[in-house]
Amino acid sequence: MTDQSYNFAYLDEQTKRMIRRAILKGLAIPGYQVPFASREMPMPYGWGTGGVQVSAAVLTPEDCFKVIDQGADDTTNAVSIRTFFERTARVETTTATAEASVIQTRHRIPEEPLSKGQIVVYQVPIPEPLRFLEPRESETRKMHSLEEYGLMHVKLYEDISRHGHIATSYAYPVRVEGRYVMDPSPIPKFDNPKLGDMAAIQLFGAGREQRIYALPPYTQVVSLDFEDHPFEASKAAHCCGLCGAQDSYLDEVIIDDAGGRMFVCSDTDYCEARRAAGHKGKDAA
Amino acid sequence: MTPLLSVQGVTKHYGSYIGCADVSFDLYPGEVMGIVGESGSGKSTLLNCMAGHLAPDVGEVVFDTRMDGPRDTVTMSEPERRMLSRTDWAFVHQHARDGLRMGVSAGGNVGERLMAVGERHYGDIRDQAIDWLERVEIDATRVDDRPTTFSGGMQQRLQIARNLVTGPRLVFMDEPTGGLDVSVQARLLDLLRGLVRDMGLSAIIVTHDLAVVRLLADRLMVMKSGRVIEAGLTDQVLDDPQHAYSQLLVSSVLQV
Repeated sequence: MTDQSYNFAYLDEQTKRMIRRAILKGLAIPGYQVPFASREMPMPYGWGTGGVQVSAAVLTPEDCFKVIDQGADDTTNAVSIRTFFERTARVETTTATAEASVIQTRHRIPEEPLSKGQIVVYQVPIPEPLRFLEPRESETRKMHSLEEYGLMHVKLYEDISRHGHIATSYAYPVRVEGRYVMDPSPIPKFDNPKLGDMAAIQLFGAGREQRIYALPPYTQVVSLDFEDHPFEASKAAHCCGLCGAQDSYLDEVIIDDAGGRMFVCSDTDYCEARRAAGHKGKDAA
Repeated sequence: MTPLLSVQGVTKHYGSYIGCADVSFDLYPGEVMGIVGESGSGKSTLLNCMAGHLAPDVGEVVFDTRMDGPRDTVTMSEPERRMLSRTDWAFVHQHARDGLRMGVSAGGNVGERLMAVGERHYGDIRDQAIDWLERVEIDATRVDDRPTTFSGGMQQRLQIARNLVTGPRLVFMDEPTGGLDVSVQARLLDLLRGLVRDMGLSAIIVTHDLAVVRLLADRLMVMKSGRVIEAGLTDQVLDDPQHAYSQLLVSSVLQV
């Protein structure tokens, strides 16, 4: 046994260096997709292999780690990734957004504004925003390098001509610092305005597609739109049934066989904190 | 008068085979040039070299740009060339499927070039798309239909609308009437002739159909084995062919 046979946080040292180099390059060129040699992870593709590798590369023993899946801290994906790092890195974990220094997330940005010193790691299924319009990787790379983004608007045009409004409601394309068009991962477009000017570092990892990209703090991020069909951050027109919040993104939950339903905050930590502070919604028992 | 496009000594080899060899000509604004020849004579290679799809081994393709005057498009940077190909140039493919996005509505297809040059007003883009559909005789109610639901002739007309929407000055056409039946061909030719006249377009048309060049082209080049063997005014070449191959070509047309 040499002293290098054990390495902190699951990844071997060479892999960690490689991923950190990719992250640094991504931060230097906001929105640019940096290829990296994604490793096999002890979980299936689509479960956050990219996010886990990025998290493992940035975690330090002093970090406090939080994982959310669709806003919730208690779903399978969130629980298993949290346990994974508890066992392999022995880092402290939490469900409180403000206490966490590294937050790995799937499909949401926490409601509570993030602060300086925090890192958000997004799990990304398909990093290429142009993929469904242009299947050739060689061509999409050329389009990125030459800033040929007319095609992205063709997608939005099709939305309006078919639905009367921009019907893309998640993975809504954004332009970073007036340069790269980026897929913000499948977060609802409600979260898009939070991407820009954020105090925290945002890292995006796509394991299967082998890409890492990043937004440094306080980056300008603009959601694409048309002059006569401006971008709108939409959410269900209700307030949370448990905590009464009016400004949070809501999940619709079916509660019986008779069509009964309630709307609750998708961010469980936000909802719990509000209830602990005495807020009460109409469905709260 | 400055030629719109000046081709000097363009040569393209595929390994030891000749694609096209030492082709030179000038094309003036408003002029339509036809290139005819049998299959494998290098017509399409030449067209692709001029349109920037292929890089010629030797030669210059000088285009009179709006901003900087005559520029060699072979040596200009790729972003500039791609910019040209979506503003001042248009390319009509033989198969409409190569030139259209089949998964995108007709309106989106026509609007793509507008959006590519920075148009960001949905209403304006749609109005222009509808205007162009009508100009190529496609019913405005089809604007939200996908090209897969269109007939071959309609697809070809849609491709033309999509290419002409940004008001290009030079149109490259590769067998625009190939694969269409004769009555549809006649309608398409009629439409093309009208558009070329109205917009004062310059065009280079590659075809093996002599009737197409007779109708559309002012001047004609006959190619064989990668070389231009005869060039001149269309009527002159077709009515009084000098080279043996041109004579063969003209006499091969079936008379009904």
